[in-house]
Amino acid sequence: MLTKRRPKTPGTPLSDALRSVDAGGPGRRAFLKAAGVTAGGLAGLGALGGGMMRKAGADSMMPGVERVLRKNVCTHCSVGCTVVAEVQNGVWVQQEPGWDSPISQGTHCAKGASVRELVKGERRVKYPLKLVDGEWTRVSWEQAIDEIGARLLAIRDTYGPDSVFWLGSAKFSNEGAYLLRKFAAFWGTNNVDHQARICHSTTVAGVANTWGYGAMTNSYNDIQHSRCLVIIGGNPAEAHPVAMQHMLRAKERNRAPWIVIDPRFTRTAAHATEYVRIRPGTDIPVVWGLLWHIFQNGWEDKDYIARRVYGMDAIRAEVAKWTPDVVEQVSGVPAEQLLRVARAMAENKPATLIWCMGATQKTVGTANVRAFSILQLALGNIGVPGGGANIYRGHTNVQGATDMGLDVSTLPSYYGLAEGAWRHWARVWDVPYEYMLSRFGSKELMEAKGIPTTRWFDAALAEAGELDQPNPIRGLVVMGHGGNTVTRMPDMLKGMEKLDLLVVVDPHPTSFAAVRQRRDGSYILPACTQFETDGSRVASNRSVQWGQRVVDPIFESKDDYEIMYLLARRLGFADELFKHIKVNGTNPVPEDILREINRGCLSTGYTGQSPERLKLHMIYQHTFDRITMQATEGPLKGEYYGLPWPCWGHPEWRHPGSPVLYDTSKHVMEGGGTFRARFGIEREGETLLAEGSFSKGSEIEDGYPEFTMAVLRKLGWDAELTAEERRVIELIGGDNIDDVSWATDLSMGIIRIAIKHGCLPYGNAKARAVAWNLPDPVPVHREPIYSARPGLVGDFPSYDDRRDFRLPLLNHAVQKAALEADVPSKFPFIYTSGRLVEYEGGGEETRSNRWLAELQQSMFVEINTGDAERLGVREGEYVWVVSPEDGRAKIKALVTDRVGPGVVFLPFHFSGFWQGEDLRGQYPPGTDPFVLGEPANGVTTYGYDPVTCMQETKVTLCRIEKA
Amino acid sequence: MARMVFLCDGERCIECNACVTACKNEHEVPWGINRRRVVTLNDGRPGERSISMACMHCTDAPCAAVCPVDCFYRTDEGVVLHSKDLCIGCGYCFYACPFGAPQYPRATLFGSRGKMDKCTFCAGGPHADNSPEEYAAYGTNRLAEGKLPLCAEMCSTRALLAGDRDEVADIYRERSARRGYGSGAWGWSVAYTADRGGAYAPGGRALEEPERTS
Repeated sequence: MLTKRRPKTPGTPLSDALRSVDAGGPGRRAFLKAAGVTAGGLAGLGALGGGMMRKAGADSMMPGVERVLRKNVCTHCSVGCTVVAEVQNGVWVQQEPGWDSPISQGTHCAKGASVRELVKGERRVKYPLKLVDGEWTRVSWEQAIDEIGARLLAIRDTYGPDSVFWLGSAKFSNEGAYLLRKFAAFWGTNNVDHQARICHSTTVAGVANTWGYGAMTNSYNDIQHSRCLVIIGGNPAEAHPVAMQHMLRAKERNRAPWIVIDPRFTRTAAHATEYVRIRPGTDIPVVWGLLWHIFQNGWEDKDYIARRVYGMDAIRAEVAKWTPDVVEQVSGVPAEQLLRVARAMAENKPATLIWCMGATQKTVGTANVRAFSILQLALGNIGVPGGGANIYRGHTNVQGATDMGLDVSTLPSYYGLAEGAWRHWARVWDVPYEYMLSRFGSKELMEAKGIPTTRWFDAALAEAGELDQPNPIRGLVVMGHGGNTVTRMPDMLKGMEKLDLLVVVDPHPTSFAAVRQRRDGSYILPACTQFETDGSRVASNRSVQWGQRVVDPIFESKDDYEIMYLLARRLGFADELFKHIKVNGTNPVPEDILREINRGCLSTGYTGQSPERLKLHMIYQHTFDRITMQATEGPLKGEYYGLPWPCWGHPEWRHPGSPVLYDTSKHVMEGGGTFRARFGIEREGETLLAEGSFSKGSEIEDGYPEFTMAVLRKLGWDAELTAEERRVIELIGGDNIDDVSWATDLSMGIIRIAIKHGCLPYGNAKARAVAWNLPDPVPVHREPIYSARPGLVGDFPSYDDRRDFRLPLLNHAVQKAALEADVPSKFPFIYTSGRLVEYEGGGEETRSNRWLAELQQSMFVEINTGDAERLGVREGEYVWVVSPEDGRAKIKALVTDRVGPGVVFLPFHFSGFWQGEDLRGQYPPGTDPFVLGEPANGVTTYGYDPVTCMQETKVTLCRIEKA
Repeated sequence: MARMVFLCDGERCIECNACVTACKNEHEVPWGINRRRVVTLNDGRPGERSISMACMHCTDAPCAAVCPVDCFYRTDEGVVLHSKDLCIGCGYCFYACPFGAPQYPRATLFGSRGKMDKCTFCAGGPHADNSPEEYAAYGTNRLAEGKLPLCAEMCSTRALLAGDRDEVADIYRERSARRGYGSGAWGWSVAYTADRGGAYAPGGRALEEPERTS
């Protein structure tokens, strides 16, 4: 294990520090020689003699042979760095910097700089596998598809379509994500989900309920316009390293204060000008504490609030309770520090607010996000360059997959699940609504939210009758998703035992496949990576980038589209599913899928991003400005890179995309916007529409509702519809064309006319500081389920028990039981978790990458120096981390002041060990990742956000015992 | 003639390890050999700083001075390279190097070393440029293709700079002046002292301040 021994004195020469690295002192990173990890996967990786750097292999570069360059997008985080691949004879032999990308500008992090290894594929799944009496056995694609299809149909016949859970991926392209959502609809269930549930579902719910759209408002590049950077619950230095270049430029060029609010002194905090350590789970007290100073000193933007914000007075009332001493008592943040931060935000405008999973993965995730949004609204920082709610999404296409509705609560483009939404999509798909209805168990089930990925195992373990669906989950089909990503893994493993069928579709076996409990009924289908197929992906800033196939799928792997086609054909609905999507042989054409997305996703403005335009953007990357991301020359002049949605209308309109959401300083045809009117026009006598605020060039110089035929008629603008547009609207509206809205008018006539008059099709409203449809209309502090401060639980209890997502949700009962069992004194450490730069997500993919695996060879738990001394734990020793529920995990201690006293931190990328036992033998031979470790979720506990069923991974309790 | 150098800006380095994996990827460097690595000081505490380190291609290279078989040579651009045909794996260069750059594959049992390997500034070795022999023993020769070392080209925050000394110094000096502080050009006084001078010296003071000034 490795690495950083602390210098004895601050002035130790660097060369000494380097020597100590070689000496293999324990610390954050590990090199092989000191790691004690020599078994299995690592053997034979070193040892090349004779001065040779490498063995000649099929994947090595051949000097002198012509190299072809292909452009794709990194498949790891949501920054969206351009990958330039050099290909010789159909083999990916080198990577070059993607200099022309306006986002990454040639750069990568450790993951991006090593993506070629994913396609060399030493540890990839090479052919379809079936578990026969506990042994993984090679089968043909034909046999695998046939048997899986038969088993799926058997479950459907016996238990109904809702007894199969379809788990998709944020690593899909948009086209893949859309196709799986559509696939689930044709199968007849809403039990279809992906990683957004466990990363930013609460962000999407929180910001969409505040101002309209569930997405980052500005962009990574735009942070260069910021005068103040505030990060709460995020660590971009490890999670989004390439974003740091834009942030560091803002810090250096604007002399911007940079404030990191986090329980842990992160690698990002090391570059901040101010670090604020908080007790985990006290985000709302801290934000209300900031607002207390802002209101107290009159630093809020009163004019902005009057024109563009609804309900700020209710916030004032709540904030008034959070005086500096109360905040300090609850969160541990010193009063004078909070004042300093509030002043920095007030005096350095625009300030940007950045958050990540430290904020979202909580029982109060949605409320946290709402509080952050309200802070920015109070300062007037939303809808301005340099400001914004810059939400760093996790995976490469988690924004896109969310937009594509790969989710239990909506169809693509956030249309929801009501009958109107189904009718809209049935029209887009060109199938009768009645056909869609016939696929489902009932109309109620068709319109009811499905079971989320955080709780699929609760639905597998439930008895019939406990669920709001006919039967428990009996089949699980997982495409591109790790098994160690959900909390309460001991329960999850019990759920795995109950399944009749488990299908893993992935380049790697994933932790789902390495489970002792199963001996039959499991299949692994080798999917290729996104480098081996074509498709578009959406970066966090809503830019859509087209990835070009670098090489053909390696081994026997197939792309997601083809696998879904083969399954649909076996299940008998391929003709309907692919009615307007061309299929070459068994290969659906991704461009055609995108064209269908363009036709149907009106509500998010996914209509202008045709495959042709996106491909041009990749070719002309070099013509875009490096900060504004607007093309300054060439054929795309005026457009924004990747046509960030909303990109209104038909591609021929050449809408440039919207670089900053809700920015009224621009005309709608230049990417301007207003807050979205999606919550009505008035409430309790108070208008919800903007007052005296409108986007540049708007003919309506005030707030207005979203556009429908009724609104057009009232304005007298309906006469401007063409005959063809009117014909389509009449077909859609039938007897009541007044109800046809901009979001259902497939002719896009209503959108066209709104924009022609300088108006936003979605209306012009106020942002909502009070969201009356959420459990907490005004965000209030609630202690974690497992709180380290039992004295505060009485005043700040968790949410009342309820039923939602087809399941009971017992936050309150579990919190009460924990107190009664005296958990806080038996489990005295606060547990929190997070990312490492080398790995991503569940980590199977990155731990199978030898260049990354070498850098981080063992799972660890960070323990504060003082705590370690008290426990008698030395660095590098094993400890047991014991959960107040079932779990325990044997992990190496990393003693550090990075975490505060009483807090331990675990990285969540590991799996392959279970409660001290090595599971390497459970992997199909040759596919075990190089590095294995105890999963952090082996010791996480109960707790879900009531709005999205987000799991609690950031704050619970545990005990540390010497192993 | 250009004089090639590395500079790592400690105010920018975030220890993302892109430089490390870029190097591994470009040259197919095997497990256990680290031509480049990132070192973090004050790990987890205020004042934490990271620096990406590799062979600095010193002006008066100590490795060359101690090599018993004289396998090192310096290119016209100031890049320090060596011949694996001559190297006997004695390890003297490792003890001489102030940066811990030389690496040794474990070629045989009983701990004897194989041929030394180190950062080549992406400039290959003594064989013909980009010949299969050069590629097999030293990795790619990007300099011969008019490119710079991939570690610096891919650096996520532009902390690691590589290129002609005057240009690198200009970039760093401008950056330090603009932001008003710098933690110094790590290793420069050790690596490049001997030929420091001329227009470089006065302004160069800023490059060598050991601590941040604000």
